[in-house]
Amino acid sequence: MSYLVADQLRGGYGGADILNGCSLSVDKGEVAVIVGPNGAGKSTAMKALLGMLDLREGSVTLGGKDITHMSPQDRVSEGIAFVPQTHNVFGGMTVEENLEMGAFLRTDDFTETMEQIYDLFPILKEKRRQNAGELSGGQRQQVAVGRAMMTQPSVLMLDEPTAGVSPIVMDELFDRILEVKQQGIAVLMVEQNAAQALNIADKGYVLVTGTNKHTGSGDELLADPVVRRTFLGG
Amino acid sequence: MPEFTDILNAIVLFSNFVLIPAASYGAQLALGALGITLVYSILRFSNFAHGDLMAFGTMCVILVTWGFQSMGISFGPLPTALLALPFGIIGAIGLSLMFDKTVYTFYRTKNSDPVIFVIVSTGVMFMTNAIVRFIIGPNDQRFMDGTKFLFRSREFKEFTGLSEGLALKSTQVLTLTVTLIAVAALFYFLQKTRTGKAMRAFSDNKDLALLSGINPDRVVFITWIIVAALATTAGTLYGLDKSFKPFTYFMLLLPMFAAAIVGGIGSPIGAVVGGFVIAFSEVIVTYAYKKFFIYLMPESLEPTGLMQFLSTDYKFAVSFIILVVVLLIRPTGIFKGQSI
Amino acid sequence: MNELLSQQNRAPLAFAVMALLLLAVGMGQSWPYALAILNLCLISAVMSLGVNIQWGYAGLLNLGVMGFTALGGLAAVLVSEAPVLEAWSVGGQGMAVSFILVVITIILSILVYRNMAASWQRRVALTVLYIGAFFTINHFYEPAVNAIESVNPATSGFLGGMGMPIIFSWILGGVMAAGVAWVVGKITLGLRSDYLAIATLGISEIIIAVLKNEDWLARGVKNVAGLDRRPVPFELDLQTTPWFIDMVQSLFSGRLAALADNDRAEALHQLVIQSSSIFVKLCYTGLFTVVLVAVLLLSMKALNSPWGRMMRAIRDNEEAANAMGKNVVRQHLQVFVLGSAVVGIAGAMLVTLDGQFTPTSYQPLRFTFLVWLMVIIGGSGNNLGAVFGGFFIWFMWIEAEPLSIAFMDLVTMGMDQASDLRAHLLKSAPHLRLFIMGLTLLLTMRFMPKGIIPEETRLHSV
Repeated sequence: MSYLVADQLRGGYGGADILNGCSLSVDKGEVAVIVGPNGAGKSTAMKALLGMLDLREGSVTLGGKDITHMSPQDRVSEGIAFVPQTHNVFGGMTVEENLEMGAFLRTDDFTETMEQIYDLFPILKEKRRQNAGELSGGQRQQVAVGRAMMTQPSVLMLDEPTAGVSPIVMDELFDRILEVKQQGIAVLMVEQNAAQALNIADKGYVLVTGTNKHTGSGDELLADPVVRRTFLGG
Repeated sequence: MPEFTDILNAIVLFSNFVLIPAASYGAQLALGALGITLVYSILRFSNFAHGDLMAFGTMCVILVTWGFQSMGISFGPLPTALLALPFGIIGAIGLSLMFDKTVYTFYRTKNSDPVIFVIVSTGVMFMTNAIVRFIIGPNDQRFMDGTKFLFRSREFKEFTGLSEGLALKSTQVLTLTVTLIAVAALFYFLQKTRTGKAMRAFSDNKDLALLSGINPDRVVFITWIIVAALATTAGTLYGLDKSFKPFTYFMLLLPMFAAAIVGGIGSPIGAVVGGFVIAFSEVIVTYAYKKFFIYLMPESLEPTGLMQFLSTDYKFAVSFIILVVVLLIRPTGIFKGQSI
Repeated sequence: MNELLSQQNRAPLAFAVMALLLLAVGMGQSWPYALAILNLCLISAVMSLGVNIQWGYAGLLNLGVMGFTALGGLAAVLVSEAPVLEAWSVGGQGMAVSFILVVITIILSILVYRNMAASWQRRVALTVLYIGAFFTINHFYEPAVNAIESVNPATSGFLGGMGMPIIFSWILGGVMAAGVAWVVGKITLGLRSDYLAIATLGISEIIIAVLKNEDWLARGVKNVAGLDRRPVPFELDLQTTPWFIDMVQSLFSGRLAALADNDRAEALHQLVIQSSSIFVKLCYTGLFTVVLVAVLLLSMKALNSPWGRMMRAIRDNEEAANAMGKNVVRQHLQVFVLGSAVVGIAGAMLVTLDGQFTPTSYQPLRFTFLVWLMVIIGGSGNNLGAVFGGFFIWFMWIEAEPLSIAFMDLVTMGMDQASDLRAHLLKSAPHLRLFIMGLTLLLTMRFMPKGIIPEETRLHSV
């Protein structure tokens, strides 16, 4: 049984169901990637894991504990960290303050965690006195990931972390995410850049209309001719 | 060429009628605008009841001051009102939290449109206004005691031998000192403390603040405490410097809004700068420069008219003209506030 | 009970209650008093309709109602006062030159703005232009103002008006308010809703500041009293008019016949005095009702026209309307101008009724925020609701004062008659009406956000 498991999720935002029995799981030290066409319910699935969606059916467990009905805030303190796609930094605050806010709930000394994040993203240390809003897109994403990491999460969820950044920055960001994985954190992300994301994924999910269409390791999916043709553009 | 004493006289004249009064008025506006800008950036609405909150807090201060005076308690050369200030602040905090619980919380949880907040804040404005008028009446109240002047115009003239006098009211010095302390304390709080940073984070990006585990109720609670304290302090200083009248405080809402917007609404530093910009513009534009130029110009070039841009009656209008111009040219204000 | 309060029944029921309230005042207090309230209710309803056009149709938060009301009042002065020829002869020329210079400045600044690229040079050019214009204009303007204001300062000291019947000001008031609204709208309508509120509130204060200080225009704080070219007869004239006396005599023939001969003449005299006051008020009631009904019918027709549907579509979803190519700002400008014109008409009606123009009486609580209460409590978006709000809130505003005093009297009955606290409470009781108004607004917003007579929900498409 994996660390974070979502089983047979059904639900939506009050109207028709967007999720129609989709199941996901990710273990510590693993990267799982959700891909799929627009409107497939990728971000919705992630919101369901965060508790921002009313589920009609299905369950979510974290380390064996049922968290299906837990509020988003409580999930944060249970160790789930989330990096939204947009508006994911405090633009008017310095990089260092952003990290501090990430550690808001912690009462212990978090300077060590901050050093770890600066080691992971050296550019942030250099710019720590600068406002996050003044940084480039890629650097902002690093701040956003860093902020989420400050809670020392066991699960890190990212909603399209590479949206709108250049290919070089994307590669660098993926490298960092692999480093995060190495720290024994479960990483779950939704990605538009499917091929590149599946490259680094231990597990891949192709969602279509709220259900699992294809599941497998990243390499398997990349090798699957059907997936290649329909979702990866050849 | 004017003589050296003429230049000195001109400077003294300008200081006495423009610089000093504008600086203390600017400080009062700055404190008021800070409250408006904090409510705007953290609670996300334009609070039309802010002027009346100021009046309410000041009224509490006045009542306690009268109580102290009747008990024979005084603060030496300083006004007794300073001793009463904490009580007034507590009163204003109580009122703010009461209205937040009974009125604003409902619309906040519903995520209502800013316009709805403006309308309900006018309801709060009516009620606060009524409470103040009911308790203390609609008329002018003076509650200044202690030393009135640090030095008077006549003393200055005798001391310096100049023909122009310079008077320095103790309330003017007091206003600037208290404002300096209050603003420094506020900025330290917002920049350096954990709670202050959480408030900035909440104002910057509410959703991300929630994701980081910042408790929104606590942020709102502390915001009202700070806003009430600032409003009461501003109102008390204004009342000591001039006088207290509920209607005047209601009308102060407009220059305070102008200050907050001119500085860049949502930006505390902008509110402070905006307060001084508005105050100096009001005074500079409505001052009659005739005497000033008589000192500086050779006799042949002396002005005939009053040399006044606008009649003093337009003092209030000046702040709006600036407001409108800023909204047109640079809607985010001097220090980029939240865009509108 | 629920059925009784259903959508269709609400309006007739509300107006029936309103009529009963007015009748109660007529019988309990006095008929002239009830009619005085009714007349102001009618004017308030017109104002409320104007604001409803802006807020209810288009969602524009205009807090400058007071300014447009005052412009209507200014129109009343400009229409009905006799021209002060002496003032024109001493200062008219200077004023005309100043005016032409203002127009030239505006044209020049538009030319500079259009023909220069946005740069610091353009800013400098405009600043130089404005400073130069300021001093040039002042050179002609100041002496002209001084000359005009020194012509019989105690009684005139201004340019006077056109010497026409004041009723024409109802048109001019609307036109003037519309003109100013156009300029104000051009400046402010791009702003976010709550900034629009602040900006319009500020502009209305500027308008009042101008009216208070530009004595040459309408005597400023010296007021203009005795606006006497009014559309209805004067009480004193009526009291000596044979047909009126005859009418009163025949109306009250029964009561008069019961009196002894020597008392009859005196009683008739008293009745004539009372009746003349009622008659005059009724004349106003008739005129105001005509205006109200006309504005109401036009508003309702407009609301149900394609134009009105589009307005509401924009209000409900500005972005969608924008995306569909509707020019939102232009549509907003239209409603802003229209609504302000209606408010201006009401402002002229008010000064007509008062017979005097007093700039200091224009206070935002009474002329801006109270009108807002009328619209929101009555029912924003619903014209009948706005009319009812105008009636109801004005009635409350007037009657809350005696009621507050009576209430306080009751509460403090147990206290020592001579106690200071009792005296203070009684003296302060009138301020409770502000409290009642605020509370009513908050309760309405909370529990009846659509008002007493809510907007009819209809399906509409853009």
